[in-house]
Amino acid sequence: MQFFGGSEISPSPPAPTAAGNNAHMMYVFNRNGVCLLYREWNRPLWTLNAQQDHKLMFGLLFSLKSLTAKMDPTSAEKGNLGVPQLPGQGCSFHGFRTNTYKLSFMETPSGIKIILVTHPKTGDLRESLKYIYNLYVEYVVKNPLYTPGSPVRSDLFNTTLDQYVRGIG
Amino acid sequence: MAPVGPRSGEAIFASVERVNAELFTLTYGAIVRQLLTDLEEVEEVNKQLDQMGYNIGIRLIDEFLAKSNVSRCVDFKETAEVIAKVGFKMFLGVTASVTNWDAEGTCCNIVLEDNPLVDFVELPDTCQGLYYCNILSGVIRGALEMVSMKTEVTWVRDMLRGDDVFELQVKLLKQVPEEYPYKDDE
Repeated sequence: MQFFGGSEISPSPPAPTAAGNNAHMMYVFNRNGVCLLYREWNRPLWTLNAQQDHKLMFGLLFSLKSLTAKMDPTSAEKGNLGVPQLPGQGCSFHGFRTNTYKLSFMETPSGIKIILVTHPKTGDLRESLKYIYNLYVEYVVKNPLYTPGSPVRSDLFNTTLDQYVRGIG
Repeated sequence: MAPVGPRSGEAIFASVERVNAELFTLTYGAIVRQLLTDLEEVEEVNKQLDQMGYNIGIRLIDEFLAKSNVSRCVDFKETAEVIAKVGFKMFLGVTASVTNWDAEGTCCNIVLEDNPLVDFVELPDTCQGLYYCNILSGVIRGALEMVSMKTEVTWVRDMLRGDDVFELQVKLLKQVPEEYPYKDDE
């Protein structure tokens, strides 16, 4: 990334815990529900077409977030279920685990949602998601040829991402 | 509780890659100069600088969030403090102060005593209407829009026009709630 005057990504990536590729797929959405990026490493089963799949994933997260905020026992003020929340209101979840996979989720105040689906035994990936956000900033946001809000087409970003995700335990 | 973000941009400023301040100042000056030549009208230049700032702001917010580790702000007061103390420090190497809150906490002034953009600058008589640093107001507007705050940012005081500091008024117009983006369910 020297061409764009990119700096070294800081902080340095959290150390991977084990070798081997445990990641299934990754999504990046923006606030408007546009799937900016979809990467797939290991996904034997497809039941929907890509567009439906992205929509379903976004819908799942959106509803789950609103549910988790509704069930929050620590906060006194909460809107009705389904009523739009102001950004910053309510709590947020950062992952869930089923018997077959684990989904890790991060949302930035700017509305970028990063979703990583991995093997159910993977540990806490919050630091990894932060690192991926840093990669996104360096390779996508700082690229002058990238139009904000459009799907990402950057081989450089994809390669770096693949390399990093391969190391996640 | 989420970890509280830094209340000063000092550490981040020290760790990011920087460019030479004079190069930065002169480059910005060259841009403004070129805009004046191209657009001729001072008003148009103000508008263009604001638009350029806006385009920077909508990208800059992500870099800011990624590097600063600032978590969600509770209210607009905190937002303004973070802009002044962390944002300005991180990107321009100076800190600003927040003053003049109105009763509702939706309008405040950000005061910049030190502004690296205007070193070596004097406004000639022909450019008296120019807001030389209008790019900054655009940046703030763009960045805040990406975190769902519609704002209006205007210059109140400008050292190039004989005031003793730079002062920006930031007015929160509305906060946009997060809505489900898909309209049709086909």
